[in-house]
Amino acid sequence: MEEKGTLTVKRGLAQMLKGGVIMDVVTPEQAAIAQEAGAVAVMALERIPAEIRAQGGVARMSSLELISGIMDAVTIPVMAKVRIGHFAEAQVLQSIGVDYIDESEVLTPADDLYHVDKHAFTTPFVCGARDLGEALRRITEGAAMIRSKGEAGSGNIVEAVRHIRAIKDAIATLTTAPKEELVARARDIGASYELVREIAETGRLPVVLFCAGGVSTPADAALMMQLGAEGIFVGSGIFKSKDPKRFARAIVDATTHYNDPKIVADACRSLGTADAMPGIDIRKLAESELLATRGN
Amino acid sequence: MQAHLVGVLALQGDVAEHAAALERAGARAAAVKTLADLERVDALVIPGGESTTVVRLLDRFGLAEPIVARVKAGMPLWGTCMGMIVAAREVAGMEQPTLGLIDITVRRNAFGRQNESAEVALAIPALGEQPFPAIFIRAPWIERVGPSVELLAERDGHGVMVRSGNVLGTSFHPELTGDPRVHAYFLSMIDKASAHVGKASSAA
Repeated sequence: MEEKGTLTVKRGLAQMLKGGVIMDVVTPEQAAIAQEAGAVAVMALERIPAEIRAQGGVARMSSLELISGIMDAVTIPVMAKVRIGHFAEAQVLQSIGVDYIDESEVLTPADDLYHVDKHAFTTPFVCGARDLGEALRRITEGAAMIRSKGEAGSGNIVEAVRHIRAIKDAIATLTTAPKEELVARARDIGASYELVREIAETGRLPVVLFCAGGVSTPADAALMMQLGAEGIFVGSGIFKSKDPKRFARAIVDATTHYNDPKIVADACRSLGTADAMPGIDIRKLAESELLATRGN
Repeated sequence: MQAHLVGVLALQGDVAEHAAALERAGARAAAVKTLADLERVDALVIPGGESTTVVRLLDRFGLAEPIVARVKAGMPLWGTCMGMIVAAREVAGMEQPTLGLIDITVRRNAFGRQNESAEVALAIPALGEQPFPAIFIRAPWIERVGPSVELLAERDGHGVMVRSGNVLGTSFHPELTGDPRVHAYFLSMIDKASAHVGKASSAA
């Protein structure tokens, strides 16, 4: 007896990635650098978020030639992004065998009302969330991994901090809530009662929680891990820095030893005088330029 | 007698799941990130994760040699999936450094990419008649076993569980199931190793 694509094996791959760093890459060469530096997986895409932000236009699923080239270049898992709600892009990525699909707000949404029915796929999905309600809606749709959204391509950690705190605080609050309040609390955050009850009992999401959107230094990674992230997505922070190899290694080291400031200091020191990516003050972005508000 | 303190290598991977499963099986569990952590434990589990990442971190933080020294001195070690790759003598078709603690050749991702990950009812005669609910995730298989190595289970004709003396390897993830039998099997290996050490020290 043998069963593929079960919730257990979909959620299971994310469990194997815990404590690790998943890096955005746009070429097979970058993928090899990421693997060599200790990335646990790579996200294959055509343009990193900082470039999508700068260049504008409609951002779509990447070319299959590019994704396949990256799949051939590394032995670690390869993830790729689809537009929110674009289940046909997801079917295509499943057919070429990517290991994880990111239904991502970084791409231009294809559907402004509905996300993909992720239960219909063998390939697991990761989705972004700004708060617990959003995370639980995605899990109900079948997401096997959640990442707090942050603000992709900003080089600014403030939104990532806001979102991971919102999720962790809401979980903590549920664990002390009287049982008779759980139905109303589920209604208030737009989530299923069954999931809310489960979290009230276990004190954790039923899937792995990473963070994304703004990590650009080793100390950023250590901060997010101490705030309760189980791993880190780094988008523009590595290949937009002045020294990608060193930044990649330093962010991996700081993620592993996030609770040992001496090792995080060594990781910072290893960067020498190389600059992190330039950042953006998110308060100066127009509402239409924010990525995190896409999908809810 | 106090329960065994079993370390779970905590550089990356499903550490918490192994620690919880070890505790359910009656052991005490501790995360191992440093040399000081390693010195305290009676045995070590290398969990599931990414082998390229963990091999680099073992080397980077000076844990590779001390682990090899302790296992050669008799400390029981169990590698699941990534952990078995890290413990193997060699990786087929790749120049990947490993710790060389068990005389096997493994092939990474041999059962396929994530779409081929599966739950399998696996016959493991050493654990009794009831099949084991084995969870394979981008799993390796064992292509060659040395003369000292006992093959404990096969899936579709490929080795997926091996033991050689104080070292145990599984291609699958018992820590993701509620079935405690593989964890209990590993704890019995620790019992034997401790009895042996006990005898040696009382003889001295």
